[in-house]
Amino acid sequence: MHVPDGFFTAPVAIGAGVVAAAAVAVSLKRAKSELDDRTAPMAGLVAAFIFAVQMLNFPIAAGTSGHLLGGALAAILVGPYTAVLCVSVVLAVQGFFFADGGLTALGINIVLMAIIPSAIGWGIFQLVTRVARNRASVIAGSFVAALISVPIAALTFAVLFVLGGTAPIETGAVFAAMGGVHVLVGIGEGLITAVTVSSVLAVRPDLVYGARFLTKPLVLKTATGEQVVEPARQEAPKPLRPFLVGSVAVALVLAGIVSFFASSSPDGLERVAEDEGFLGAATDHAFGGFALADYGDVGGIPVGIAGVIGVVITLLVGGAILWSVRQKTAA
Amino acid sequence: MKGLYRPGDSPIHRLAPQCKLVAVVLFAVVVVATPRERFWAFFLYALTLAAVTLLARVPVGYVLKRLAVELPFVVFALAIPFIGVGERIDVMGVSLSVAGLWAAWNILAKATLGVAASILLAATTEPRALLLGAQRLRVPQLLIQIATFMLRYLEVILDEMRRMKVARESRGFTPRDLRQAPVLAKSAGALFIRSYERGERVHLAMLSRGYTGTMPTLRDDRAPKAQWAMAAVLPVVASAVLFVS
Repeated sequence: MHVPDGFFTAPVAIGAGVVAAAAVAVSLKRAKSELDDRTAPMAGLVAAFIFAVQMLNFPIAAGTSGHLLGGALAAILVGPYTAVLCVSVVLAVQGFFFADGGLTALGINIVLMAIIPSAIGWGIFQLVTRVARNRASVIAGSFVAALISVPIAALTFAVLFVLGGTAPIETGAVFAAMGGVHVLVGIGEGLITAVTVSSVLAVRPDLVYGARFLTKPLVLKTATGEQVVEPARQEAPKPLRPFLVGSVAVALVLAGIVSFFASSSPDGLERVAEDEGFLGAATDHAFGGFALADYGDVGGIPVGIAGVIGVVITLLVGGAILWSVRQKTAA
Repeated sequence: MKGLYRPGDSPIHRLAPQCKLVAVVLFAVVVVATPRERFWAFFLYALTLAAVTLLARVPVGYVLKRLAVELPFVVFALAIPFIGVGERIDVMGVSLSVAGLWAAWNILAKATLGVAASILLAATTEPRALLLGAQRLRVPQLLIQIATFMLRYLEVILDEMRRMKVARESRGFTPRDLRQAPVLAKSAGALFIRSYERGERVHLAMLSRGYTGTMPTLRDDRAPKAQWAMAAVLPVVASAVLFVS
C-alpha cells in the first residue's frame, strides 16, 4: 500500500508532508516521556520489529493474503507517540533504502500508515479500556482498535484521492473499493493484533504500554509482615482531551490545506479531458504529441503558478508549526 | 532482507551522501510537478537518470529488476483506463477512458522515474552514510538514531522471524485461512518480546559504555562546494527541462 510518486498531485503530497512533519515533531517530543532515555535503542528495535511483522503475510481467504500494517499494534504495545515515530522511520527507511514508496509521497505514506492508524487505534483502544479496566478489555480493545484503524486509513486514502488523486475514477467507486477490501483486511489485522497483545500480556504484561493499569503494587512478605511497595505511578490516566484536540487539529489542518489546494487540480484534470476530447474528435489520432504540447504549455502556466503559491504557503504553515513546537521544547 | 547498496567506486559513489539525498529529493519533486502532457520532458528525465546510472557503473539490469517494487501500482494504473469516467475512445476495439489513459500514463511515468531515482540513491550510498548525510541535513538526531538502530538490528530480527517460520513449518504448520492467523500472531508476540528485550540489553550495554543519549560525531563530514555543485547537476538539469519543454 506504499503510495508511489505521481499518484497524488504535488500540492496534496506537500500538504501531507507538512502534516507528517508536524506530527513527527510532536511525537519526538512526547515519545521521550513514553520511553525516557531509552527512546533511541528501544524505538529502533521496535521499528525493526514492525518492519519484520509487516512481512508476515496472513491468509484472508483462499488465495488472497494480507499483511499487517502494525500501526494500532505498535500504539498499544509501545504508546501512540513512539508508534508514530517507529512506523514513520520504517516508512522512511523503506522509501530511501529499499525504494519502496515514493520520496515525494513519504508524507502521504506517513499520514496514512503511521499517524492515522496509531492515533485512531490508540483513541479507540482508550475508549474501550475505559469501560472496563481488565485483561479482557485490553484484548477486546486491541481487536476493535486494529479492526477500525485499517478501514479508516483506507478511507483517508480515498478522501485524499478524491481531493488530489491524479486518476479520474468515480468517488463512490474509490470509497467502495477501498472500504470493502479493507474491512476484510481490518478483521485479519484486528485478530492478529488482539492475539499478539494477549500473548505479550501472558509473558511480560509490563511491556504492553496500553495495559499498564493492570500492574498491581508489589507486596513484600518479610519477617515483620507484609509491606506494599507502590510502583512509581507514572501519571494518572491522562484525560482524553489533548488527544482529541490534537486529532481534530490534524484533521482540520489536513482538510484545510489539502482541500484548499485540491480545488485547482480537478480543473486541470477536466481541462485536459476536454482538450483531449476535442482533439480526438478533430484530428482522429488522439495522442498527437505536437498538437498537445501547445495545450500543455497553455494549461501548464496557471497550474505551475498555483503550485508555487501552494508550496510557499505550505512551507510557511509548516515552518510555523515546527517553530512553535521547537519553542515549546526549548522552554 | 538485503538493502539495495552495491559497493563500488565511481564519482556518484564518492559524492557526499547529503548532496545526493538533496539532489534525488529535488529531482523527484521536479518530476512530480511536471505536467503530464510534456512527453519529451519525461523522456529527457529518463535519459538523465540513464546517464547517472552509467556514471555510477550500476548495471542497468540491476535498476530494472528493482523497479518491480512498484508492480502493485502498475496493475492499478493499468486498470484506470478501463474503470475511469468521462470521454471514451476505442483502441483496438476496447473502449478506454481518455482521462483514465492520461492518469495511467501520469502515474506510470512519475512513479517509475521516482523509484529509479531512489534505487540509484540507495545503490550508490551505504545505509550508514545515508543516515550521516541526513544528520548533516539537520534531521532530528533522535530520528537518525532510531533509524540507525533499526537498520543495525533489522537483519537480526528478520533472522529470528525466519527461525520461527522454520520451527512452525517443521511442525507441519501451513496457513490456509484466517483460522490459522492466531498461530502467526503468537509468533509476532514472541518476536515483539524478543525485540524489546534485545533493545533493553542493547540500551544497558550502551549505558555501560558511556552512552548519554546522543551519538558522538567522529569526523567533520561537511561536503565541499564542488560536491554540492556536482550533485546539483541532476535537479538543475531536470528543472531546465521542465522550463524549456
